[in-house]
Amino acid sequence: MADKILAKDKLDEFIAKLREEADVYAPARVGAKTTWQEVNGAEGLDWDFTNTEMSPKDFFFPQTECMMRFKNAKDDPEGMIMKAEELLPRSRVLLNMRPCDAKAFQVLDMIFVQDEMTDDVYWRDKREKTLVAGLACNEPCPTCFCSSVNCGPHHQVGMDLLFVDLGDKLLVKVLTEKGEAASADLPPAAAADEAKAAELKAAAEAAISSKVSLDKINAREVLDLYNLPMWDKVHEACLNCGTCTFVCPTCHCFDIQDEVQGQEGRRVRNWDYCMSWLFTMHGTGHNPRGKKKDRVRQRFMHKFKYIPVKRDGEIGCVGCGRCIQMCPVNIDVRQVVDQMNS
Amino acid sequence: MQQRTEKIREAAKRLLAEGAVDVVLGYRAGTVPMREQPFAARSVEEADELVWSSFCCNNLANFLVRRDEKTAIVAQGCVSRNIVGLLQENQIDRKRLKIIGVPCLGMVSRSKVLDKIGNKTVFAVEEQGEELVVKGKGFEERLNRKELLRDNCFTCQHRNPVISDEMVCEPVQDAAGGDIDKMAAPWEALAPEERWSTFKEAFADCIRCYACRDACPLCYCHVCFVDESKPQWCGKTQDEADVQTFHILRAFHCAGRCTDCGACESACPMGIKMRVLTSKIEKDVRQMYGYTPGMDEKATPTMSVYRPNDPQDFIK
Ligand code: SF4
Ligand code: SF4
Ligand code: SF4
Ligand code: SF4
Ligand code: SF4
Repeated sequence: MADKILAKDKLDEFIAKLREEADVYAPARVGAKTTWQEVNGAEGLDWDFTNTEMSPKDFFFPQTECMMRFKNAKDDPEGMIMKAEELLPRSRVLLNMRPCDAKAFQVLDMIFVQDEMTDDVYWRDKREKTLVAGLACNEPCPTCFCSSVNCGPHHQVGMDLLFVDLGDKLLVKVLTEKGEAASADLPPAAAADEAKAAELKAAAEAAISSKVSLDKINAREVLDLYNLPMWDKVHEACLNCGTCTFVCPTCHCFDIQDEVQGQEGRRVRNWDYCMSWLFTMHGTGHNPRGKKKDRVRQRFMHKFKYIPVKRDGEIGCVGCGRCIQMCPVNIDVRQVVDQMNS
Repeated sequence: MQQRTEKIREAAKRLLAEGAVDVVLGYRAGTVPMREQPFAARSVEEADELVWSSFCCNNLANFLVRRDEKTAIVAQGCVSRNIVGLLQENQIDRKRLKIIGVPCLGMVSRSKVLDKIGNKTVFAVEEQGEELVVKGKGFEERLNRKELLRDNCFTCQHRNPVISDEMVCEPVQDAAGGDIDKMAAPWEALAPEERWSTFKEAFADCIRCYACRDACPLCYCHVCFVDESKPQWCGKTQDEADVQTFHILRAFHCAGRCTDCGACESACPMGIKMRVLTSKIEKDVRQMYGYTPGMDEKATPTMSVYRPNDPQDFIK
């Protein structure tokens, strides 16, 4: 599909058009933080942000999500029967999503929607009703290592459109039919714009200073990695707080609970995380991951070994660096991976 | 800072070489700016990695509970007070513990530095005396360290360790200079409904990661009340009521025990100022009960004693 051009002074028009059918969101700066906000036009869009502190996974997998409701009355013929919650009523557009986040959701598609038996309607519904327009990174952060983990600063996977910021205009890479429909009115890109975008891509890739290797991890058996002595050291500083998993775009564990108040009942799922001791606590009282070391090891083994083994080599990490920035005790995924690989 | 680093290494190496301890808990340089890492040095070589800087924001007393090794710990004022608290509550054995005391000049708030720098990425931060040199792509800014101290360090009343086996330098002036009573003042000026809305606002962005709890040395229960499932005291959702219940109960559990070390605030990924609650409680305990937590190993914590003259204004 041919590339298009979107002049920044035409953005208002472009967004207004999208808003006829959908709610539009984009990263915007609020105080000291960059968070996803609903946008009405080009005003407030931030073209210099590195990435949002929290990943946009909340759009597809909310931290708290009501799945079903029921009437809490055993003797009532209507009682205790689960009623499906309404699905997403209106489509959405997520503008300026960074390539790492878009890639993360493509990895999660492989986990939430696998086959007829594993078909998470809540995830799938929101994915189907959302158009993702990515924004390529021209200035990667010192903690980004996307190019080491099947991703990159101008990566296109998981998006419908990819914008490359050329200053006063955006080069628009059209990646899917959904993206084609959304960009139908835009003029085609000139050869000079294409060349400029290619230059920016090469420069961004070259600017990624941090790298990890995975070759030995891939070659090693699961149990060899699992039994490495390094785990004895790695977990020591960890607080088991779970911040790393909360900010991560690929973490996807959840816990389901029924909440009941009087006659009202609902089934909700909430984010869960392997760092919590409750995560694998069995009803019997036995906990197969009873120690901090077991839990810390799970996080890295899941992302860099179990997911690749189960999902055709895909990695459960896209190198966004959020966990490195946010971990209160500086447990750095790059160092841990290097040790797993050494 | 450099002098403190060297003295800490010296003490750690000596204790390890003599076999007086198996491990020294301190900090080592982090991989990103403004984050040092809690570090357990077990050999003389490892002791050479220990550092002291303005970014030692974790409270190492947190790592003392349920540890069986003979341990030395690097402790500034607040950490030493938390050690006292843990001794009072029988969580650690003083005989197996060596305290390397560090007179503290206050720690810098990472989020204040980031706010100051605005929408730019920080690649490195260096300390040069009272200045912080913040560097990134195409910029270098020199900032005054004092203006960027964590709120609690600004109002700290006990910068010197209250308990130690050896000290790495001469004591500093105990009080940092800020007015600790003012911390709680904003609450006191508010009408009840305003208090409630201010509270709601302060905690609106909380993601319930519990980093504040997990960073705090007071939170050592095997099972925290929020994790209890039989019965479940607190809902698991992001609904306001569940988030607020967690914070209110957590703050009350800290009453008369919190040393205002600020580790909770420094750990929070969302920049929540949970000390707005604990500071008010700290002030009430200090003024109403005449008790400052973590000062005296022999004292009984104020919430575990009854005195006929305790204020009982709340029962009316
Ligand atoms: S690695 Fe860091 S962020 Fe993750 S649980 Fe441990 S302390 Fe928390
Ligand atoms: S593990 Fe860390 S770097 Fe990797 S995707 Fe998650 S938050 Fe990003
Ligand atoms: S097991 Fe841990 S690392 Fe894996 S997705 Fe769940 S929370 Fe994330
Ligand atoms: S650390 Fe911050 S976000 Fe996490 S639970 Fe505490 S206040 Fe909430
Ligand atoms: S509640 Fe916060 S300030 Fe108080 S002792 Fe715990 S970590 Fe320190």
